[in-house]
Amino acid sequence: MQSLKIIAAIFVKDLRVEWRNRETLASMCVFGILVVFLFNFAFEPGREESLRLLPSLLWISFAFAGVLCFNRSFAVERENACLEGMAVAPVDPGLIFLGKMLANLLFLGIAECVIVFAVALWFNFTFLPSLKWFALITFLGTVGYVAVGTIFGAIAANTHMREVMLPVLQFPVAVPVFIAGIEATTGALKGDPPSSYLGWVRLEAVIAVVFIVLSYLLFEYVLEE
Amino acid sequence: MPPDTPPPDRAGLELRNVSKYFGDLAALSGAQLRVRLGDAILLYGPNGAGKTTLLRLLATVARPSEGEVLFDGEDVHRHATAARAAIGYVSHPTSLYGDLTVRENLKFFGRMFALPSLGMKIAATLELFRLSDRAGTPVRKLSRGLQQRVSLARAFLHEPQFLLLDEPFTGLDAANVETLESLLCQLPAQGKAVIFSTHDFERGAALARRLVALEAGKIRYDGPLALIPRNLLPVTVERSRQKAEGSKQ
Repeated sequence: MQSLKIIAAIFVKDLRVEWRNRETLASMCVFGILVVFLFNFAFEPGREESLRLLPSLLWISFAFAGVLCFNRSFAVERENACLEGMAVAPVDPGLIFLGKMLANLLFLGIAECVIVFAVALWFNFTFLPSLKWFALITFLGTVGYVAVGTIFGAIAANTHMREVMLPVLQFPVAVPVFIAGIEATTGALKGDPPSSYLGWVRLEAVIAVVFIVLSYLLFEYVLEE
Repeated sequence: MPPDTPPPDRAGLELRNVSKYFGDLAALSGAQLRVRLGDAILLYGPNGAGKTTLLRLLATVARPSEGEVLFDGEDVHRHATAARAAIGYVSHPTSLYGDLTVRENLKFFGRMFALPSLGMKIAATLELFRLSDRAGTPVRKLSRGLQQRVSLARAFLHEPQFLLLDEPFTGLDAANVETLESLLCQLPAQGKAVIFSTHDFERGAALARRLVALEAGKIRYDGPLALIPRNLLPVTVERSRQKAEGSKQ
């Protein structure tokens, strides 16, 4: 019970900080919309080509919006050494990771909704027929990506070129998430029977669990000098 | 003696032959230090002597490259929860969220320490540090001195047994220096330990019973203030002493 209170305290703290400065969410949404906007002008695809391009476009947009999210999330902690303030509290460091991860998940989820809306608008594409499976695929992929991004965000926060180091460090590790996400999303948006892409969805779920557990266990080493 | 109380010879914070390296730089080398409840220790030394590193190791923020940091005889990193509940740490950065108010910061850290009756504790701490009228102000809008007071309030909130303070007087005006001095004086009598670093030797000497002098990452002296070798005294203090002796003659 105490663990849940700690996670909730960190989650609420992150929401409160974001509400006060509104830097993270705004930049993520604007960036995502810009990517979609540029792709729309670059390709102007028909329906068939959209089905080929949109899954990749979506996950590229999610990936870069995520980088902004994770960088910003730990920029707040780096300022005034706030992460150190949490590190000297008598809490399991993994709980700090979970609290930060939940906040990042919410922010990235909101940005993804905005990006999907922008895609639907500019590409004249409707997600409604496959909404349930698309939502599940996006959720599972995002959970796995946010787990990786949160721990690497904490690692990169201590480096000199943190804005560059974060994508350099995390993208290679997150590749399985993107591959599974893109493959599953392609199947869902094409309207293929779920059995044809269920394997990818299961892979997303396994990756998410593995990344969460590993990040939870390793986070204490990230916090310490 | 209750079963969970460590024997007197094991109680406290201890550095046992601790070294800390940053690449090739030995920030701390072979440090042996024992901090018991009731101690009031002044950590003194020139810039780069290793004072901050020593405090960070005791506060469990950093791991030693060699040696052990012990809390009540046990490795502090294996029993981190118990150790951290007993330690209050103030470093150069304030560890405060600039976009949150003073009260929100204290509430957050109070929750991290799972403090009961948190509202009452926060009110009492705000009163102690004369911050009640600033409770609703975002920390970012406070002066450096006020932020330092909030940082001290954060460290005092959970009434730690060991208070580790790195340059705690930085940015404080005279009235608040007096408040902090008064608080620090009371702690040993309350059975708590305080270890602090300051560049103001005379102020620190007035508060401490024991001096740990560092130089180039090594502890050169650990003992009563009155017995410190002259060559380890700061130049200004030595000059004052010589001047006083000269005027007596």
